[in-house]
Amino acid sequence: MSDLKRTVLRDLHVRLGAKMVPFAGYEMPVQYPMGVMKEHLHTREQAGLFDVSHMGQVILRPKSGNVEDAARALERLVPVDILGLKPWRQRYALFTNDEGGVLDDLMVANRGDHLFLVVNAACKDADIAHLSAHLSDVCEVETVTDRALVALQGPEAETALARLLPKSKDMRFMDVAVLPMADGSAWVSRSGYTGEDGFEISVPEAAAEVFVEALLEMPEVAPIGLGARDSLRLEAGLCLYGSDIDTTTSPVEAALEWAMQKARRAGGAREGGFPGAERILNELENGATRRRVGLRPEGRAPMRGGTKLFASEDAADPIGEVTSGAFGPSIEAPMSMGYIDIAHAADGTVIWGEVRGKRMAATVAPMPFRPSTYKR
Amino acid sequence: MKFTEEHEWLRVDGDLVVVGITDHASEQLGDIVFVELPEVETVVAKGDEIVVIESVKAASDIMAPLDGEIVEVNEKLNDNPGLVNEDAMGDAWFFKMKVDDLSALDDLMTEDEYKDFIE
Repeated sequence: MSDLKRTVLRDLHVRLGAKMVPFAGYEMPVQYPMGVMKEHLHTREQAGLFDVSHMGQVILRPKSGNVEDAARALERLVPVDILGLKPWRQRYALFTNDEGGVLDDLMVANRGDHLFLVVNAACKDADIAHLSAHLSDVCEVETVTDRALVALQGPEAETALARLLPKSKDMRFMDVAVLPMADGSAWVSRSGYTGEDGFEISVPEAAAEVFVEALLEMPEVAPIGLGARDSLRLEAGLCLYGSDIDTTTSPVEAALEWAMQKARRAGGAREGGFPGAERILNELENGATRRRVGLRPEGRAPMRGGTKLFASEDAADPIGEVTSGAFGPSIEAPMSMGYIDIAHAADGTVIWGEVRGKRMAATVAPMPFRPSTYKR
Repeated sequence: MKFTEEHEWLRVDGDLVVVGITDHASEQLGDIVFVELPEVETVVAKGDEIVVIESVKAASDIMAPLDGEIVEVNEKLNDNPGLVNEDAMGDAWFFKMKVDDLSALDDLMTEDEYKDFIE
């Protein structure tokens, strides 16, 4: 793992007994001694701490000093209403390409006089190049390289974080804030990737280990690896870029209409004007031919990514494919998401997945598989 | 007890052989969420893939360690696959088989040999 990058918390993970694996070019903890299943359940019952410092943190600073100029500029690249994003609020967004596919998904926060973006680790170099190529006339694109990023998720996250950052408890879902800490400032958002209430906290690298160790000393908080992060996000029905969405899937196929507000749709105040608008606006009006759905397989065997889906036990041609699948520790059942022809995509439809040469029944089901508990 | 390079253990019980996976294997697999057992009375040849184990990480196959016939499977694993993580070498046996040639066990590893093998 010598050619892998390390986050500032890497030595702490090793001291905690983590099993380290390569992920998006980084050496990252996949699980701690507690194990994936218990880590998952601990996050749902108390609070889990995740190192997500491998993700990209980017500031878009408008040269004019007016955040609306940065918002208008970013709207060139996303089918999302950024101009309507109020100060100190955050929103989910997608970079699209000219074919209407998805280049990455990201979070965008309005921080008063600039925008703050968090992008996926595997895409961050390409995203920053994309932003620089298209927005440099209006914005400085600043990559944040001296801050760690951690997530604290679960029903006890609020209580735990309030001991270090008291004002965080006044935030609601998708609020963002800059809060003072002993050693600089914490950039906090009330959001996450587990379906739980919780926070993502960007702290100066020099302060990160002390901050994380203070959280881990609290009885509610346990360190959680990438393994449980994946089963948590899948129970919450959230997409993993590179598996469930990529350049070959459109936002409408991916059932992400909710992320594309009225202002950017046909007839809206700022209709279109993003890459792939022709296809995406058309699909928003008329639907797509396939759709990302949730699947609940019968029995206990997971249907994992790559499983081909069929309309019947003996049909010859597939009607879709699973993109993510695992056993859900909280729902105590297997769960999958995948793309399926629109004719078979209604909730309750029984379809068949081919696992090890055998067809197994699964029912198209609404997501999230487990209700989310965001503090709105 | 005898051991295979596929991390199975075999214990002779009268004229039957009880088969499971080792603690080492269950630790490597992580939390086990599903075990697919063979049908009773299945005639198997050494190397046949007859058990599927799904853990939180991935699916793994367990092969028949010897030629023979499956005579009993551990139904407890259907409802509680996590038993494999708790007691891989005891209660969480997978199946009992009648083997064609019990002397074939002599070719398998002893416990000490298996310990050397996994080091």
